[in-house]
Amino acid sequence: MEIIKTHYNRRSFLKVSAAAGGGIMLGFNWLMSCAPAGEKAGQLALPDEWFDINAYLRIGNNGVVTIFSPNPEIGQNVKTAMPMIVAEELDVDWSNVLVEQAVLNTEKFGGQIAGGSQSIRQGWKTLRIAGATARRMLMEAAAQKWEVPVSELTTDKGIIKHSSGKTLGYGEVASQAVAMAVPEEVQLKDPKDFKIIGQPIKNVDVKKVITGKPLFGIDIKREGMLIAMIVHAPAFGMRPTSVDDSVARTMPGIKDVFTITSLPDSVEPQWSDVNAFKELVVVVGDNTWNVMQAKKALKIEWEATSPLVSTEDYDKALSDLLEKKADTPARKDGNPDEVFKKAAKIVERTYAAPFLPHNTMEPMNFFAHVTPEKVELTGPIQTPAQLCKTVAAVLNMPEENIAVNMTRQGGGFGRRLYGNFGVEAAVISKYVNAPVKLVYTREDDMTQGTYRPAYKVKYRAALDKDNNLLGITVRGAGVHGSPVFPNRFPAGAVDHYLAENHSLDSNISTGAWRAPRSNFMAIAEQSFLDEVAEAVGKDPIDFRLELLDRAATKPVGERNDYDAARYAGVLKLVREKSNWGEKKDGVYRGVSAYFCHNSYVAQVLDVVVKNSKPVVQKVWCATDCGIVVNPEGAKNQLEGGIIDGLGHTMYSEMTFKEGKPDQSNFHNYKLIRNSEAPLEIECFFVDNGIDPTGLGEPGLPPAGAALANALYAATGKRLTTQPFAKTELQIQAM
Amino acid sequence: MATFKLNINNRTHTVDVDANTPLLWVLRDVIGLTGTKFGCGIAQCGACTVHLNGDAVRSCVLPVSAVGDGEVITIEGLSKNGDHPVQKAWEEVDVMQCGYCQAGQIMSAAALLKKNPNPNDEQIFTAMNGNICRCGTYTRIREAIKKAATL
Repeated sequence: MEIIKTHYNRRSFLKVSAAAGGGIMLGFNWLMSCAPAGEKAGQLALPDEWFDINAYLRIGNNGVVTIFSPNPEIGQNVKTAMPMIVAEELDVDWSNVLVEQAVLNTEKFGGQIAGGSQSIRQGWKTLRIAGATARRMLMEAAAQKWEVPVSELTTDKGIIKHSSGKTLGYGEVASQAVAMAVPEEVQLKDPKDFKIIGQPIKNVDVKKVITGKPLFGIDIKREGMLIAMIVHAPAFGMRPTSVDDSVARTMPGIKDVFTITSLPDSVEPQWSDVNAFKELVVVVGDNTWNVMQAKKALKIEWEATSPLVSTEDYDKALSDLLEKKADTPARKDGNPDEVFKKAAKIVERTYAAPFLPHNTMEPMNFFAHVTPEKVELTGPIQTPAQLCKTVAAVLNMPEENIAVNMTRQGGGFGRRLYGNFGVEAAVISKYVNAPVKLVYTREDDMTQGTYRPAYKVKYRAALDKDNNLLGITVRGAGVHGSPVFPNRFPAGAVDHYLAENHSLDSNISTGAWRAPRSNFMAIAEQSFLDEVAEAVGKDPIDFRLELLDRAATKPVGERNDYDAARYAGVLKLVREKSNWGEKKDGVYRGVSAYFCHNSYVAQVLDVVVKNSKPVVQKVWCATDCGIVVNPEGAKNQLEGGIIDGLGHTMYSEMTFKEGKPDQSNFHNYKLIRNSEAPLEIECFFVDNGIDPTGLGEPGLPPAGAALANALYAATGKRLTTQPFAKTELQIQAM
Repeated sequence: MATFKLNINNRTHTVDVDANTPLLWVLRDVIGLTGTKFGCGIAQCGACTVHLNGDAVRSCVLPVSAVGDGEVITIEGLSKNGDHPVQKAWEEVDVMQCGYCQAGQIMSAAALLKKNPNPNDEQIFTAMNGNICRCGTYTRIREAIKKAATL
């Protein structure tokens, strides 16, 4: 058991104002519980009164508990996992728990962001303290009522028990608990006593989703609400110069057509304000279809204000950068120049990947209602606090007058870190002086993104005449930044090592895309290590384990980002579970392992070739994310990451002609389909009791490399340029 | 503008809209049934799938004028209590991640199982390849369809 100071992080979530402690009446009688329908009626009686114990939870006088999930839910399932952590320490029955999405309130909840797979890792302690503190206050209240020492009390599933045998439900002492002093320190459970953490708990919104309840931003409807849509320039580097809206204005249901600047030059942009199209033509009307039709009737003139660049230009510029030595290395160990000079053999390979749009299934949208006094912003956003700040600056209004509510989000993948659509909705609402829901079409969404940048990287390995690995160099080039992580594996495992970065400027907006940089680097690095393993005549897993052993026992350099033992652990686990080394006729295997976002993942992938096309039969996935909060949710994230990784590596790309995206919707942009996903995925976890880390991203990066390595085993050809299907789909098995 | 009498989830709705308006936007904007989702607008992603006389159709490209007196079932009307075998299987398998595409997936799966109560992998692929899941829940979707077939 861990005793912990409750002023950890110094957040005010433990204090609740007196006003909030009183009863809050709600207008309906039944609420959906978190329990699966089969186990209980699935409904909970509403209490007469709620008592706010702290920012994360309130308890009803009947013992029903509401837990507020602080971070945005984009499909990574934190809306289930974060409340599970609170419920565990509170020690309540999960079927007695209701979950609600918290509104933006960083004073209470700290960083409410969905990014970097950090929600669980960063929320772990705070969520536990929130639950444990509330439990302690309930126990104190019971002790006072019974006039016994609190040390004589225990709890189980929302019931406080005295050693004499008498019991009280949490609901019976909730009103008194509110008045208890917040304890200075609390005991956290020993992980071996966890009853909720580690259980396969079903998604808390599943019933609402399968019955089509309005949960998403795009589902919002309010009294007097207008629908707004935007038209942005057709090419990166262009802006509108004139608009002929004479026809559009006369069309049914159209209220107004106008031009806005979503982010004036006077506003200092934050990192989350990436957006290439600040000048927009806006159409506002009574319903979505009418506005879509009016958009088509607009005649807009555009001008180029910066160079209109094509995919071939980027391709060449990135290749040119790969031939250039960096002025300053990002990392240098030993003397790589010398070992490459004296090498008996050099293995060299260049890898490339295209721009990628995020393509969340729910297109960008946001609701805004701006009045002179206050603003409501409601919708799907990964960075609600940043959106609030930018809107405050653009509208010249104090942040405290702006309420931000997060809906369930139809995917994020990084796109909704950049909240331009929320700012646009606010500017439009102010202009038309009405509540507005801004909705993008798929075309609007796909052709104005914050894309995964185009990347190239060149790896080289120097071997001596006995095939010993002497050194490795990696030189990366990318749009708006190099993809290379200079201190990641195999840095630390090689005596002579050089990492170099190049960046290419562009007017195409780019940003974080699920597992930024890792989504490309894992494929390059792990394909390359496979090739080097072959060159030195070693089994690919043995070769990686030897390098990791070196990094663990006698690391080179001091800034190595990873824990070599945990890295090796997932490789060993996947080796065992996949029965690596087993040969089956016509089945080709690849392996890959990667560390990112604080979690370790190794995968083995089997392909067969059917009608000259690769079919992924099975993926074994071994993960070390420490304690697995929700095993079913965790597996789902890894499976999704694998399918997402395989799909984009294999099929997807965004290309440009003179600044104009060539792809605009799913007829000309391919996402992986059901029949192309692996037939089977099996997930395994390292059980080590370490504090948990996130899984929204780490499943994705290794998948493409395991595929490339399996396809090499099948064809003898190293696939290096994504998407593989574009040039290399016709596969002939050896 | 024209008036249409629509049979949706076994209820009659009278709507006054442009004849070209896709059923999707009549459902979402006019009637207020937002369970059917907008994903692409060109029948490529399946998020807008509903049943028309028992067939899975893409409501984003189906003009309201083409619906006639056909029976339209949306996710909200698939079952009274959310207990259609496909819905039950979706819950049991814990299919969803973001959840946005799932109404369309469920409607496609329900239409498949009605015609073919025990589909094999190839038949599942054929029926479900028109429904994109960006989160990558495809293996769970297949598992849930197979489970629903047993319920």
